[in-house]
This record gives sequence, C-alpha cells and structure tokens, in this order.
Amino acid sequence: MTSAQLEVLLQTLIAGVLLGGLYALIGVGMTLIMGVMKIINLAHGELMMVAMYIAYLLFSLFHLDPYLSVFIAAPLLFLLGMAIQKFLINPVLKVESILPENQVILTVGLGMVLANLATMIFTSDYLSTPVDYATKAWYLSDFWRSSPIELSLSYPWSVSFLIAVVITLCLGFFLTKTDLGKSIRATAQDSEAALLMGVNVDRMRVITFGLGSGLVGAAGCLLIPIYYLYPDLGGQFTLIAFVITILGGLGSTVGAIIGGIVLGVFESLTATYIGMGWAPVGRFVIFVAALIFLPGGIASLLQRKRFGR
Amino acid sequence: MLQVKHIDVFYGDVQVLHDVSFEVREHEIVALIGTNGAGKSTILRTISGIMRPEAGEILFGDVPIHNLEPYKLVDAGMSHVPEGRRLFVEMTVEENLDMGSLRGKAKAEREKTREVVFDLFPRLKERRKQLCGTLSGGEQQMVAIGRGLMSKPKLIMFDEPSLGLAPILVKEIFNIIEKIRQEGVTVLIVEQNVKQTLSISDRAYVLETGRIVLEGAGETIMNDEHVKTAYLGV
Repeated sequence: MTSAQLEVLLQTLIAGVLLGGLYALIGVGMTLIMGVMKIINLAHGELMMVAMYIAYLLFSLFHLDPYLSVFIAAPLLFLLGMAIQKFLINPVLKVESILPENQVILTVGLGMVLANLATMIFTSDYLSTPVDYATKAWYLSDFWRSSPIELSLSYPWSVSFLIAVVITLCLGFFLTKTDLGKSIRATAQDSEAALLMGVNVDRMRVITFGLGSGLVGAAGCLLIPIYYLYPDLGGQFTLIAFVITILGGLGSTVGAIIGGIVLGVFESLTATYIGMGWAPVGRFVIFVAALIFLPGGIASLLQRKRFGR
Repeated sequence: MLQVKHIDVFYGDVQVLHDVSFEVREHEIVALIGTNGAGKSTILRTISGIMRPEAGEILFGDVPIHNLEPYKLVDAGMSHVPEGRRLFVEMTVEENLDMGSLRGKAKAEREKTREVVFDLFPRLKERRKQLCGTLSGGEQQMVAIGRGLMSKPKLIMFDEPSLGLAPILVKEIFNIIEKIRQEGVTVLIVEQNVKQTLSISDRAYVLETGRIVLEGAGETIMNDEHVKTAYLGV
C-alpha cells in the first residue's frame, strides 16, 4: 500500500467514525423507544428535522451558534416527544383495533404531518446555518511537521462527534446509575414485573418517548452545521435509525452505539471506494446482511459474551 | 388485612374467576391451592392491580384497592413475587434489589433493607455484581424473594415460589417463607406443591376452575378426602 492509499483509507475511517458517532446518537433515541414501547417510531427522522428547523431559526433570528441550540432544541423536543406519547400514542394503545401495530402507523402519519407542516412554513428550499468555522480543519502536518502522510480533521465534524459522545455518556450514566434510568431499563426488560415493583409504566413510556425525541433533537443540532436542511430530510434519517436499531439488536443501547459506528464506517468506505452515490446502498447491504447473518443484532454478540452462551 | 369479596374476573370474554371470596388476616400464612389453570395466578394478578375484577371488591386494610394503579399498591405495603421469578435478567443482583425499593420509605432505607436481605440469602451478597441472567434457578428465586422484601411490605404474595427447583431448594425456600412471617410480614402463597405448602400454612383455600371449593386450616385441608385423592395422590 502506498502512502497515498494509506492516507485515503485512514481519512475514510476517520470520516466514518465521526459520522458514526452522530448516527449512534440518532439510533440510540429510536432504540430506547423501541426497547420500552416495543414499537418503531417511524417519525424519528422527522422529529430531528423539527429540531434542525428550531436550530435554524435560532441561528437566523438570534445568531445563536447551532451547538448552543442543543440546550434549547433538545429540551423542546423532549417535551414534544412526551406530548406525542401522552396525547397520541397512549390513547391509540388503549383502542382495540384490527391492526396490532397501529401505533406504528400513527407515527408514519405523524412524520408526514411534520414534514408537510415544515414545507408550509419554510417552503421546500434548502437551508443551512453558515457558521464561520464550517470549513475549518486541523491538519496532521500542523502538529507533526515531518509526518509522511497528511490527514485532516474537520472542526465542525469533530465538535459534533465529541458532543455526541458526551451526550451518549450522560445517557449511559442516567440509565445505569439513577432510579429513573433503571426503571426505564426495567420497563424495557419486563414491563409487568416493573409494574409489580411500583414503576409507573405509563409514565416511563412518556418519559422514554421524550428522551428518544430529545436525543434525536440534539443530533439534529449537531448535524446542521455540516448538513443542509429541507422538509423531507426526515425520511432518510428514520431509515438510518431503523437500520441501526436492527443492527444493534432491537432495544440494546450499547448495540445501537456500536451499530451506529459500524454503519458510519461502512458508509464512508462505500462512498470512497465505490462511489458517493452508493453510500445508501452500502447502508442497506449491511441491513440485509444483519437480518440474514446476525438476526439478534450486535446485542446477541454482547449477550453471548456476558452470559456465556 | 386483605379481604377479597365476590370477585369475577375475565380474560376477554372468558370468565376465569367466579365469585371468589377469601381473606388473609394479619401475621397469617394463607395458601391458595389448585391445579394448573384453576385461576390462582389470576387472583394474585387481580390483587396487585394488573387485572381488574368485573364485579366484587378487594379491601386492603379497610381501603378498597381494586381500582388502584399497581404502583399505589406497592406504596400501601403490598408486594408480589411473580410466577417464573420475572427478574430483570440484564441487570445485576443489586440492581434488581434496588428495583424493589423505588418508592418512599423503602427507598430511604434501601441500604439497610438490602443488608437484611443479604443476611437472609448470604449467597446473593457474594453475587451482588453478577447479572441475574447468569444465576441458577434457585439463586434467581432468592433474588425474586429478596426483591419482593425490599419494598418493606406488610403483605407479601408468592406465586409458585417452588416451581422448577430441586427438592432441597424447595425446602429452603419454604423455610425462608416461614422466617419472613416471623418477621411480622403476612404471607399469601399460591402453590401446586400442596403438601409442603399446607404444612407451613395457617389456613388454605382450594380453588377449582375459578371457584373456591374448600377452605379451612392447613391441617384440615390436608386430611380432607377430596384433597387427598385429587392433590396428594394418597
């Protein structure tokens, strides 16, 4: 391998991991909801789109840095998610219908409503937040003069990645160290047993939907400095979150984090070595491969290690 | 302490409990005996608020509880150790015990109660950091009982605590249940292991196809001709 080839490979891997960190944050939100509710939230990407428009508004009206808008957009999305669960999904859960999964259908409709509302309000123009650091990057040669290869690390990508990591760590702490977090995990593992322990399961569902929405909302704010925004962008991110959730093993947060990174790296490799336009194909190749060869997802690998089976 | 009065319970259109009435007095061990499908677990699930009676009422203390949310019953001092243990298998022993003490006073006294549970089951103390999915059946039952005690209940209900355990462990579990009663906790137990259950029970009710067909002191029930032939095989 020549040094130029090595450079391309390393650069691709770096880009993949940075992308994967954001994917992980998007996927973890859906995975949490999947774990507790046992349904896929197919409005997940649209919720991210809503957060991105909030960040866009804050930027264009008040010149608020998109990274700071995390602190506004994520809590707003948390409230929106709780409201969706409380006033839309919970009532539908209680209705007996011919479709067993009508809450899923509800989320599809919700996604359409959000996307069309965004089109009505903002039109379907492409928008972005032109921050002055958008093209800034660190170069390896700045730190190591005689470096045989040259690598660059984009400033906004790295900051987004780092914030995503911090948020994920906070989430991990919340889920493993606090009673509320443990109650959410308990509800996901066995909701009836959780009921018997005195967990208010309905409340956990509301909080979890809020949490999942808040997480994807934060991801939206991290994505907007490096991406552009239009009303229909939600759909593809719903699919990405869906692939990650399946890859991670339906409801396993650790699985989803690893799944997000794997997907990011795989997409990045596809984009470099096959072609930019093929990245989504790579995404679905890995999805189908996971369904065929690893139906339990990454969670089943982790479980084999932890439980020795 | 607990009074169940004329309850009817349905799964969809199928009635599984017909006019069931019984009571548990303070400091008693009361057993519900019956075959598979007699409705024993349904009774416990109805008392804990997971299922609702279509008719009749349930009083705990003197308060009607049949319309309360399950978590309010935990606050009131009721604990239910479910059939098949129902542990949170991807959590450690300690986390499972924590889940038993989420509310109010039990949460404030969590550390203290945990030590009491570890005194009762020293083996759990050794395995406190182990995931519950990796424990043996007996150990899992110990965690389930310990988790039930963590809420500092006045009444604890056991659903088939001996299910799937080796005879020596069954004996140990029944000893523990007697010990729990000595600590002042009232016990309601549902079992298919009729002989051993009756030997520790003050009173028992026999349930057949959703109806109470017999009631009396543990001893009396054990000597009943019908029970002897139907359940004890003598």
